[in-house]
Amino acid sequence: MKVFIYPTNSLILSDLVERFGHEPLAIMSEIGKRVRSQGLDSPPLNITPEEPKLGLKYAAVEVPSGVRGRMALFDPLLSKADAAIIVRDPVTSFGCMGCARTNELVNFLIRAKKIPLLELDYPSTEEDAKEFVYKISEFLKSLKPAEEKK
Amino acid sequence: MNSTENLVRIAQLSCGAEYSGIQKEIDSAVKQVNAVMVFPEVDISDIDAIEEEFGLKVASPDLKLMMARAKSIVTGKVHVDAVFVATCFRCAEAAIVRSEVRRYINEKTGIPVISYSFTERTTAGTLLTRMEALTTTARRKSLLAREKQSGLTAGIDSGSTTTKAVVMRDNKIIGKGWVPTIKVLESAEEAYTNALKEAGVKREDIQALGTTGYGRFLIGEHFKADLVQEEITVNSKGAVYLADKQKGTATVLDIGGMDNKAISVIDGIPGMFTMGGICAGASGRFLEMTAKRLGVGITELGALAIKGRQENVKMNSYCIVFGIQSLVNSLAAGSKPEDVAAAACHSVAEQLFEQQLQEIDVKEPVIMVGGTSLIEGLPKAVEELLKVKVLVPENAQYIGAVGAALLVSGFISR
Repeated sequence: MKVFIYPTNSLILSDLVERFGHEPLAIMSEIGKRVRSQGLDSPPLNITPEEPKLGLKYAAVEVPSGVRGRMALFDPLLSKADAAIIVRDPVTSFGCMGCARTNELVNFLIRAKKIPLLELDYPSTEEDAKEFVYKISEFLKSLKPAEEKK
Repeated sequence: MNSTENLVRIAQLSCGAEYSGIQKEIDSAVKQVNAVMVFPEVDISDIDAIEEEFGLKVASPDLKLMMARAKSIVTGKVHVDAVFVATCFRCAEAAIVRSEVRRYINEKTGIPVISYSFTERTTAGTLLTRMEALTTTARRKSLLAREKQSGLTAGIDSGSTTTKAVVMRDNKIIGKGWVPTIKVLESAEEAYTNALKEAGVKREDIQALGTTGYGRFLIGEHFKADLVQEEITVNSKGAVYLADKQKGTATVLDIGGMDNKAISVIDGIPGMFTMGGICAGASGRFLEMTAKRLGVGITELGALAIKGRQENVKMNSYCIVFGIQSLVNSLAAGSKPEDVAAAACHSVAEQLFEQQLQEIDVKEPVIMVGGTSLIEGLPKAVEELLKVKVLVPENAQYIGAVGAALLVSGFISR
């Protein structure tokens, strides 16, 4: 299954999803498409003023352009998601979208999709960390692998 | 407004209105439309639980209260006829909540909702037309359900730029009048006289008359109109009637001389709507000024724009002053007039898209009405932005007058 992860740039979450036979929907793929495309119009991420306009699909013009620009990157990921994992209040090094408003909006949109969802707090102790990984692995095991879904 | 009409209960779901100093303006506007604001009651436990239930976690407690109040309406704990959702302009978190709350209530209950972002400068006058439309939708559903015009009726639309009049008989337009608005009453007289003349009927034969537009109260009193109605409900009705899309969903866009309306309609009744009126750069006036600068008539601008490519002209601003300046600079740098015309249409369409269409759910068919819909480049630019086919019905410029003539025919038997 295609599993949306949040924070969407978390390498640990992305790796875990892959290990259990699913496809992680992570921001790296979207940024990769932009930086590998011909011509670099707007370094470093090659996001142009067009992206915040595309983000209007999710948020009004009153919502800051940075939120809408991020939403343009998430759009293909959100529309493809069959399941999702949201980690609440992670440390920055675990993965971070850098914006509290984006966190609120994306988490809401994922919840509103009514797809299988695992929401859990970022662990603060080693015991919690083991439990954290265990919960994620059980959730991923409960999802049908990508090839079976067809 | 008629004080004998039913009192409408409007739920106020807001964050920051009292601290912005505009609560008395809101109260004043609702009083004028014989409505009352109610604040749905919620328990503290409802507020504590709402983030989990609604799925949206926010930092501001007043926004949590707003979501809890929305839930109280949806679950039927409180009975209201309409909902006003309002938050401070420029608060991103509030804009997100406002949009989702509006959608949640409208989808779950069908109760008409209007959302608004205010500043400390918001006045009762700004809110009045919106409140009028909101209460009309709640109060006059039977009138708005009318799909055919009957008898001999007339409608006058006193707009900020032009005044339109139509005479209708048995579901057909038999006379039309269209004049620039100079003096409100005189222009209305002229447009109405022209429509009557074309129809070949006398004023005293008209069984009922409806007025709409900016000058609706003044001309309504002058002509002793049977119906004086704001343009949101009238235009919605007129648009689906002329486009023959009375059943199901539709989106009505009206770029006016002074403001724009974007209305999401279900079975001819407005559900959600927005009215923009802050920036002239997003109005018909911008196109009028562009036409003047290009030395063409406003009626020729659309055909010119169709031939041009907006991408060839760099516009640095949407503003009616600086945007026109960009167009002038482009002309000086050798741009073709058709490209400039296309860029002007694109600029207006893009502003409508960015500023207003985010506040409603755009559902097909998209119907463009009003005089500006005849500037062909404008519906084309909207089509390109929304990636949907835009319908411009015949007589789209008479939309308000037709809507008024149609609705007022419901008054004949009274």
